[in-house]
Amino acid sequence: MGLKKMLFIPLIAVLLAIVGVTRSMPQLMDVRYLLDSSTLYVETGLLALGMTLVIISGNIDLSVGSNLVLTACLVAKLFERGWSISLVLVAACLLGTSFGALNGIMVAKFRLPSFLVTLGTMALYRGAAQAALGPASIKLPGGFKGIDQARLFGLPWPVLIFFALAIGFAYLLHRTFLGRWIFSVGSNERASVYSGVPTDRVKISVFAITGLMAGIGALLLDSRLGVARYDVARGIELDSITIAVLGGTAIQGGKGTVLGTVSALALVAFAKTAMGVANVKAEYQLTAMGLLLVLAVLLTNLAGKFSARAIA
Amino acid sequence: MRQYSGSGKQAPWNTWQEAISIHRERTALALIGLVCFATGLKEPRFFQAQSVESVLLWMPLITVAAMGELIVILSGGIDISIGSMLGFSGIGVGLIFKANPHLPIAAALSAGFAIGFLLGTTNGVIISWGRVPPLVVTIATLASFRGLTFLLSRGDQIDSSMIPDSLTSLAHRGIPLGSLTFSWLLVFALGICFLTALFLRFSRLGRKLFAVGGNAEAAYLRGISISRTTFVAYAICGALAGLAGVMYAARFGFVNPGSAGQNFELTVIAAVVIGGTKLTGGEGSVLGVLLGCLLLSCINVALSVLGIEANWQMLTYGLVILAAIITDGARTRSRRWA
Amino acid sequence: MKRIAKLFAPTAALLVCFAGCNKEESQPSPPAQPAKGVKTKIVFIPKNTGNPYFNQVAKGFEEAAQALNIEYDTQAPATADATSQISVIKDQVQRGVDVIVLSANSPDALNETLDQARKKGVVVITVDSDLTGNESHRDVGVLPTDFSKIGLAQIDLLGKLIDYEGEFAILSATTDAPNQNAWIAGMKDALKNPRFVKMKLVEIAYGDDEPQKSSTETEGLLTKHANLRGIISPTSVGLAAAAQVLENTGVYAGGPKAKGKGIVLTGLSTPSQMKKAVEKGVVASFQLWNPADMGAIAAHLAVKMRADKLTFKPGDSLEIPGHGTITVGDKNIVIAGSLITFDKSNIGKFDF
Repeated sequence: MGLKKMLFIPLIAVLLAIVGVTRSMPQLMDVRYLLDSSTLYVETGLLALGMTLVIISGNIDLSVGSNLVLTACLVAKLFERGWSISLVLVAACLLGTSFGALNGIMVAKFRLPSFLVTLGTMALYRGAAQAALGPASIKLPGGFKGIDQARLFGLPWPVLIFFALAIGFAYLLHRTFLGRWIFSVGSNERASVYSGVPTDRVKISVFAITGLMAGIGALLLDSRLGVARYDVARGIELDSITIAVLGGTAIQGGKGTVLGTVSALALVAFAKTAMGVANVKAEYQLTAMGLLLVLAVLLTNLAGKFSARAIA
Repeated sequence: MRQYSGSGKQAPWNTWQEAISIHRERTALALIGLVCFATGLKEPRFFQAQSVESVLLWMPLITVAAMGELIVILSGGIDISIGSMLGFSGIGVGLIFKANPHLPIAAALSAGFAIGFLLGTTNGVIISWGRVPPLVVTIATLASFRGLTFLLSRGDQIDSSMIPDSLTSLAHRGIPLGSLTFSWLLVFALGICFLTALFLRFSRLGRKLFAVGGNAEAAYLRGISISRTTFVAYAICGALAGLAGVMYAARFGFVNPGSAGQNFELTVIAAVVIGGTKLTGGEGSVLGVLLGCLLLSCINVALSVLGIEANWQMLTYGLVILAAIITDGARTRSRRWA
Repeated sequence: MKRIAKLFAPTAALLVCFAGCNKEESQPSPPAQPAKGVKTKIVFIPKNTGNPYFNQVAKGFEEAAQALNIEYDTQAPATADATSQISVIKDQVQRGVDVIVLSANSPDALNETLDQARKKGVVVITVDSDLTGNESHRDVGVLPTDFSKIGLAQIDLLGKLIDYEGEFAILSATTDAPNQNAWIAGMKDALKNPRFVKMKLVEIAYGDDEPQKSSTETEGLLTKHANLRGIISPTSVGLAAAAQVLENTGVYAGGPKAKGKGIVLTGLSTPSQMKKAVEKGVVASFQLWNPADMGAIAAHLAVKMRADKLTFKPGDSLEIPGHGTITVGDKNIVIAGSLITFDKSNIGKFDF
């Protein structure tokens, strides 16, 4: 029971924060604005979904941001060559997936620690993006731009895409064999091998799925910015790890939920937007976000302890 | 030497004696040879005093911080906040100099050490007694310490006029050897390496670090306090990052609250791991890490000396790091990263 | 299925909350329109916090804003990444500012965000770092000085110091910095002048505005070019790092280990950052403008464009107290001042 209760802490925190902040500065809170600025966090959110799987499987992926940027740059190159939008969409997904799968293959087949592999590919992919585009940037075609401004039922498209994928992830992780295998590889790999779990394939899939998220994120980023550059989305890998962990995913592997990650994303996006609108300076924002992460995990630990005691 | 057959098998219990044998350093050594040979072939001036000194000046900062990271990784943890601790201590010591321009160097180094120690202690307390995983804590403090650095500096950088010549001279005065000068910074860094080696080899605490990192359960059953041991590792790591902050001021003559130590952590971790340290803890050596620092230093100077176009440098860097990791893979082979 | 529903119920609740608030709040809340008698609200968004150069721009901006009796603020992102200003711009627009004064971190990554802000009636003025090639996405750009003259001025300054003869290199910031690239292009252009026929540009190195990389690149230049006579670093981090390297190696003109006449270093930086190097003789002279001028002019322009509803087109001119008459040039660019050359004789007089 303890585990389940823990997961709701970030969620409760979001609700409390929303109630508290909107009460204290109603003139600043405007739902249309909240939805609008939430599109800024969709790419981070997609990567955090992938990161949740990777971390549950007992690994980590530091290269997600570089993968996203490399795919974004290649997408622009393809547009430049006159590819149609639908072809580019497919190509972006394939590119992202294969860059992710490359990480997975090195981790699974060469038995290398994922922290190191992805530390290397982080520089490699970003470097490749820089080599491909150089200092220049490529403008994207008009028909492809501005997905963050398009809406359906009043919700921005990127947010809808994010929720659709989140539901897909929840199903995959909590309802399928692959999902169970991911948990089992993350909590006890040796036991998984003995019980016939194809651990190598599980790991490769986890990294490939994360790569796919980077590919989709790349499309959204390109569409939102209207240009592709090699120097965008820096530090997004740490943000996505932060969100996964804040959502209750255990960094040691074997524990975590999609709902936790989604609520942590909502919390972070809300906190950042609120601080921005309240004119909090960047240095205080940095300090506060760090504190938030430590406190959330500390509180979760405490809650875990108390509920464990209650059961005992 | 070490055979990991069977999947998911934990590394065998490693004694501290293993930490000083040479096999672990072979990869780094071979790669240093390769990089130097290939660079020298294309650009013989790589072996001139000027670039050798450039290599030797690139190293000290990374080396001192890497010793701290080594101690933490040996204990089975990781510290991502190292660059922010460096920045905080650099700004802190700079402000002390601003108020008190005639401060002796020893006092500045002690101040940096103390500031870093305090920050490291913060990490250590949350990790050891709060039971929060080190990666999570130090990702958080990476942001928090940087934010605090901005607050401490009030957004102003420490300019060269606030840093005394006696400090910056550490970077260009030193022990002359032929046409080379071994700067005091390098001598100091090597001194720290020597002390770290002694600490790991002979002190009770140093041996406990290997024990806790190699197999925490077994260490616990032997009566070693895991929380106290890991706490000390983070405190030392912070203190060394603090020292590196003072060395940063000495090397560059100014400290900017935003850029001092930014992205430093990944370079340091790369150096530690390329030096043959096992990321899961319990295995690694000072010599290996020193060679890892030397390798990264050679690569960075080679990229510049070879005149590789700026847009291709990061790609080349990534390829070399990845090559190092894969060649070293036979040894670092592991099923889990932490 | 039931459990999935359970898992997502809170999320759905959250969404409903949002949607509910939407109906209640968004309709009565008035869009950001300046009411009469309300102070103009302007914000300055520098490239990043802790940047001494932009601290000076902000100082000029804040002093002028105070004198103009308008509501002002400075809000910087923590890092100078290409996209780090996007959320700051959005949040400031939502906060209801009338004018955004911006030093853009990227010449084009902000295009869409700025367009959205301008659609809501916010005036966008760039200072120092313009949207080069994308000028249509802002209203007016304030540049420190005539960019086409910086290249020539820098080459001429170096030329005077090395008697217009010898090899020299440039140490720049990143390959994608528009100002740097514009100035470097200007330097290459200037070299076509017969006056500089004996000066040869041998390499352009990029230190990424990181002290470590700038130092290594400078050391690399010294290794590769045995006959190097000069280095121009038109960026303050590069110039500081290069000065430190020349001091360490002692090869600067007049230094203890100088071969022949030694290496001359010059570039662009603020006097406070270079004071020590000039006093020691490592750097004989360098240049910059007064960054505070740009901030002050941007604040005045902001008031004119917002409160007085003026719009500008190339050829217009206007009087700005303390800064004389300025003329709006091609692409709505306003030039704030002129280059100042600093050396031992005058460096003590400046406080930025």
